[in-house]
Amino acid sequence: MQETVLPAAGAPLPTLVYVLIPLLPFLGFLINGLLNKRLSGTMAGVIGSTTVLGSFLISAYLFSTFQYQYTVTLFDWISVGSMQIPFAYQIDQLSLIMLLLVTGVGFLIHVYSIGYMHHDENVGKYFSFLNLFVFSMLVLVLGANFVILFIGWEGVGLCSYLLIGFWNKHENFNNAAKKAFIINRIGDLGFLLGIFLIYLTFNSVQYGEVFHKASLAQFGPYTKEICTAITLLLFVGAMGKSAQLPLYTWLPDAMAGPTPVSALIHAATMVTAGIYMVLRSNVLFTLAPTTLEVVGIVGLATAFFAATIGLAQNDIKKVLAYSTVSQLGYMFLALGVMGYTSSMFHVLTHAFFKALMFLGAGSVIHAMSNEQDMRRMGGLRKALPITFLTFLIGCLAISGIPPFSGFFSKDEILSHVYEHNKLMWAVGLFTSFLTAFYMFRLLFLTFFGQFRGTEEQKHHLHESPASMTLPLIVLAVLAAVGGFMGAPMILGKHYLADYLAPIFTYSQRINPAAFAAEVDHNTELMLIGASVAAGVLGIVLAYVQYVSRGVLPAEDEGQRSTPESLVYHKYYVDELYDALFVRPIMVLSRGLYRFVEQGIIDPIVNGFGRITLGGGQLLRYVQTGTTGMYLILMVVGIVLILALNLFRL
Amino acid sequence: MEQNIPEVIRTVPLQYYIYFATALFAIGVTGVLTRRNAIIIFMCVELMLNAVNVLLTAFSAYRSDPNGQIFVFFIMAVAAAEVSVGLGIIVMIYRNFQNTDVNLLNRLKW
Repeated sequence: MQETVLPAAGAPLPTLVYVLIPLLPFLGFLINGLLNKRLSGTMAGVIGSTTVLGSFLISAYLFSTFQYQYTVTLFDWISVGSMQIPFAYQIDQLSLIMLLLVTGVGFLIHVYSIGYMHHDENVGKYFSFLNLFVFSMLVLVLGANFVILFIGWEGVGLCSYLLIGFWNKHENFNNAAKKAFIINRIGDLGFLLGIFLIYLTFNSVQYGEVFHKASLAQFGPYTKEICTAITLLLFVGAMGKSAQLPLYTWLPDAMAGPTPVSALIHAATMVTAGIYMVLRSNVLFTLAPTTLEVVGIVGLATAFFAATIGLAQNDIKKVLAYSTVSQLGYMFLALGVMGYTSSMFHVLTHAFFKALMFLGAGSVIHAMSNEQDMRRMGGLRKALPITFLTFLIGCLAISGIPPFSGFFSKDEILSHVYEHNKLMWAVGLFTSFLTAFYMFRLLFLTFFGQFRGTEEQKHHLHESPASMTLPLIVLAVLAAVGGFMGAPMILGKHYLADYLAPIFTYSQRINPAAFAAEVDHNTELMLIGASVAAGVLGIVLAYVQYVSRGVLPAEDEGQRSTPESLVYHKYYVDELYDALFVRPIMVLSRGLYRFVEQGIIDPIVNGFGRITLGGGQLLRYVQTGTTGMYLILMVVGIVLILALNLFRL
Repeated sequence: MEQNIPEVIRTVPLQYYIYFATALFAIGVTGVLTRRNAIIIFMCVELMLNAVNVLLTAFSAYRSDPNGQIFVFFIMAVAAAEVSVGLGIIVMIYRNFQNTDVNLLNRLKW
């Protein structure tokens, strides 16, 4: 294992190269934003995609020539007293992989958007927002300290707000955008407090310095308590951004945005920022086992809870949204049991197959003329063969069927959990079964059986254009074979783990036991068998229910048993939040407005205005306009001044 | 010091100059305050300025100090400039109002 201390200073390439990575999408944002009305939709799409492709090529070059970790300082950004925060980039294994993911998947989604947004009237605006999002995400990933991470963090939050509310003519869509924004603010408060505490404790926010000091435990007698506090606060931020219990309700609503946006932001990039942040600060988390336990439990609870809600959703995108929440829960579960690499592995495979499925859903919606209800679909297999095949690969991947990518990452997570706690493993396995069931319920309802839409829709059915199917195919290939970058021990080499190992050097030194543990081959085989069985069982049950027996989900008003109704209404969590937080806050705000704002503050502020006005009213009588009067006043004034001077002397 | 002052000047005591200048200044002030014709007000201002000039010259001569007379030159130069501007304004007022009564110029009031 190689020894990594503070990242070496020298960057092997000129600074400009690194600057260009986020700058290119930013230029795209400027061009598309400023020339919004003058560019044709296709042109805007081409500019948007090309800039992201440029960033991807640079990232790929960096990745291929990477040898050692280093930071690139662009300029001194904040220096006040002893506080020094340079604007610097961190280039290491983790940021490189994230770079490739963000720009690579981002590029595919940009290309897809050219086809998907073709009929929209604001294509230029759409691509400028999308570019701005990629820019923010790259800043988030590249930053070498927590403050820059936070800038990117807020940037993606803003873009997510802009893009969810992209079709801002609908009141509901605007509310969804606001919901995402506000719930993220709650998490961000925790994150910000965490950063303050990091600065107070380590007197720095630079990753290298903070992690080095943390690994040496050089910060007073309360090492453990402080680390627990910091990591809990950081995790609150991650809960908001990565939609974990109890801050997940914004993500399903966020499906109001255009479907490619959901694929980019709510599947592949932004929502994994929380996981990226935890991975980044893995040293601090390793030092705080209590937090890890909390992370694991919250992750598992989210995974299970969201999966059950996914069982009863009828909106094709909502199912995917709850599935995303559930899969993010898996990733946090992996973090909680210190399967850091597995978590990153799942981030990657999930980005492939979930982006694929979102885009596939987009293709279906496109073909169905904006119909999203699965009860109105069915039998689309023949009309949309490419979409169907790619979607099938995505479903197989997420259900954990070998040799598709999701199998490897999910299996790895489950085996880490198994070592940690058998009960948690059982719940995780059951969740995996639920996942397979609801994903194939989605697939069967959409692509099998009879067509249930209107005649007009049936007539209009068509496969999507090449700009949409090509990204689907690329993502399908990635989703199919992506898992081999981290095959289990029994099959061969875990490339990803080897590559990422230097990131966890400090953690490993602090807690060698967690990294050394390796399951024996029999247990591993048993675990693989169990998870494959769970997946297959889910698929078979879904087949029996929705294809053989041809059951259709009940209409909204239809009869439901109590537990079914509970799940269908998403456990009434939104209603609960509404009653617990939204309404009391509204009442409180109205009260404050009425009594404090209107009763106390307004009179005071207006009072000052009135006093000034009244004074002016009185004083204006001096302004007679008569020259003689002014002269007399002047002479009297001079005499007074002279007299005063005289008597003082 | 007394012996440096020329005989001619010593024939008039300094007090006389002071009385004279005070009287002149008072007349100027009174004129400015009481008259309504802008040109007369202007002339009264000149009276006040010249009252000061007389005083400065007198003190300058009695103390054998040329500074006072240099001030007088400055005052004259500034007064000339001021008069040219002021008269220009008064001419314009006359053109607009056919009059130079300052009490007519009471537009800038509440």
